[in-house]
Amino acid sequence: MTEFIAVGVETPSSVLNHVDLGLTDDDVLRMYELMLLARRLDERMEILQRQGKAHFHISCRGHEATQVGCAYALEAGKDWLHPYYRDLGVLLTIGVPARDLMLSCLAKKNDPASGGRQMPAHWGYKPLNVVTQSSPVATQIPQAAGIAYAIKRRREDAVVYVSFGEGGSSKGDFHEGLNFAGIHRLPVIFVCENNRYAISVAQNKQMAIENVADRAAGYGMAGVVVDGQDVLAVYKAMKEAVERARRGEGPTLLEAKTYRIVPHSSDDDDRLYRPREEVEYYRTVNDPLNRLRNYLFEKGIANQEMLDEIEARVMGVVNDATDWAEQQPDPDPADAMKHVYWDR
Amino acid sequence: MAVKSILEAIHDTLWKAMEADERVVVLGEDVGAKGGVFRVTAGFLEHFGEERVIDTPLAELSIVGVAIGMAINGLLPVAEIQFADFIHPAFDQIVNEAARIRYRSNGAFECPMVIRTPYGGGIHGGLYHSQSIEGFFTHVPGLKVIAPSTPYDAAGLLWAAIQDRDPVLYLEHKKTYRLIKGEVPDELFTVPIGKGEIKRPGEDITVIAYGLMLHYALEAAERVAKDGISVEVVDPRTLLPVDKELILESVKKTSKVLIVHEDNKFMGFGAELAATIVEEAFEWLDAPVKRLCGPDVPAMPYNEPQENWFMINPDKIEAAIRDLAEY
Repeated sequence: MTEFIAVGVETPSSVLNHVDLGLTDDDVLRMYELMLLARRLDERMEILQRQGKAHFHISCRGHEATQVGCAYALEAGKDWLHPYYRDLGVLLTIGVPARDLMLSCLAKKNDPASGGRQMPAHWGYKPLNVVTQSSPVATQIPQAAGIAYAIKRRREDAVVYVSFGEGGSSKGDFHEGLNFAGIHRLPVIFVCENNRYAISVAQNKQMAIENVADRAAGYGMAGVVVDGQDVLAVYKAMKEAVERARRGEGPTLLEAKTYRIVPHSSDDDDRLYRPREEVEYYRTVNDPLNRLRNYLFEKGIANQEMLDEIEARVMGVVNDATDWAEQQPDPDPADAMKHVYWDR
Repeated sequence: MAVKSILEAIHDTLWKAMEADERVVVLGEDVGAKGGVFRVTAGFLEHFGEERVIDTPLAELSIVGVAIGMAINGLLPVAEIQFADFIHPAFDQIVNEAARIRYRSNGAFECPMVIRTPYGGGIHGGLYHSQSIEGFFTHVPGLKVIAPSTPYDAAGLLWAAIQDRDPVLYLEHKKTYRLIKGEVPDELFTVPIGKGEIKRPGEDITVIAYGLMLHYALEAAERVAKDGISVEVVDPRTLLPVDKELILESVKKTSKVLIVHEDNKFMGFGAELAATIVEEAFEWLDAPVKRLCGPDVPAMPYNEPQENWFMINPDKIEAAIRDLAEY
């Protein structure tokens, strides 16, 4: 049966308490800073696209609690990540420097993901086991099962995080990947960031069920639905899934109910398919940053002055990354023939 | 050296590769308890255990997709697609993923894996157990495509493919499995990927063929030799990247070329060879570059008369050689 964490409860902050989850005040402040950094860096990348300095933008905005909550439960450098294009917050939380992410945005020569070969948000960061991405959705899911198989074969206790949208869950790759992982009880956490729209196609045209995670039963694994706007709830769900995987108890299908508060990409107009009131709700009352800010105030963890300091620090990082990356060299056409095959 | 069939050569090489390197695993449908529908992995499960010999669900996309993940994380998977005809659901994983991982990551990630699959007809397999698929995959930079014709090459190229750091599609003509026998060294050895071989030297006409067609071409060459037509038979062995130098060298010697493959003609592998020869050796040619290929119908019919109509055989190759000789 699907487990539900903090779902269906209206709250301006969180129904959970960070202390119960083993988190310190500093942890929660760190989560807030990472979420804000994801938001502000994403906004800057969009501006760069509008200025013509980048050719494409695809946003993480609205998903920050889901992404930071998930990645906060992983061990950087040991665990593996096979994220999807919205996961800017995941990359920042696991430790990819903002400067490197800005190199990808601007398609610079030293972009660690692809040397500027790929569109922005096609991640990859070898030193932290962040696997290279493509554009076809869900192809990473069976690959994540294979990565987990190698982990299990070598008796390591690492886990694999793999993410996708609810649209990706319609693909055969999803079924085949989860089926294989279920059979072999592999240490992998399948995270569905369900934002209710696959570009313009609403969830009720994507599937006949309410929860993607209900499918977990069909693969013999744990299924969990969590409020994806509540970073503490996501962290709790992910931490439990990671612990299950490390104990050898197999995979989890974790569905975070979230929302993207901007169009699908820089080439989309979401007024064609979503009511403005719905978007407005997630930009205000149910915005993940507002929820966590309310929590910080409620628990007396932070005051406005501290949040202003965080904001200033975050903007410092964003400005530094932008200014630095803009000065970096562009790729050389002569290098475009490299890395077709291995050459010693 | 022992005389082995192609099937035995592949079985023994894969076995020794698994003994030599702990990272090698095999996965596919029926590769475990049954030992493969053609018995290529017979005895593997008992000897190497189910962690390294993985009977997968009946799902080709994930056989390749899972193998890619294994390769990214340090294993050396040898995936089996039971029949090449069933590889198409995995096209995205092979072409968009495996073949592009090194390039798209600017060399940060790599995907060292082998996909073995039986292809080709003449065994009453009908539309869906007879297909040749090389035309789809030789169009893909980043992938390597191998089509060995002899037990020696099958063994040497398989070990080379397993050690190769790029994804390799390894095509096994299923009619040659038990039909073709030859000497194979007892120890692991490699035949270099990307190097063809002259299987029969000659002076008048170059015939380029691989897989079952290589043997039919050799038979046809032997027949016409009695009438004084000297045929050079070139086996590319690797289709991608192909040994262009060897082919051009042979063409420049004979000045006439016949390309033979079982895959259908339009946009087939032979089209690329013909274009390359015309581009780079036009002045040496004494006749149009000829292709003898499978017909452009959707796939091979099951019934015997129509299968025979589809299949190229030594008679058809002999006739094409004689036509070209007279040009």
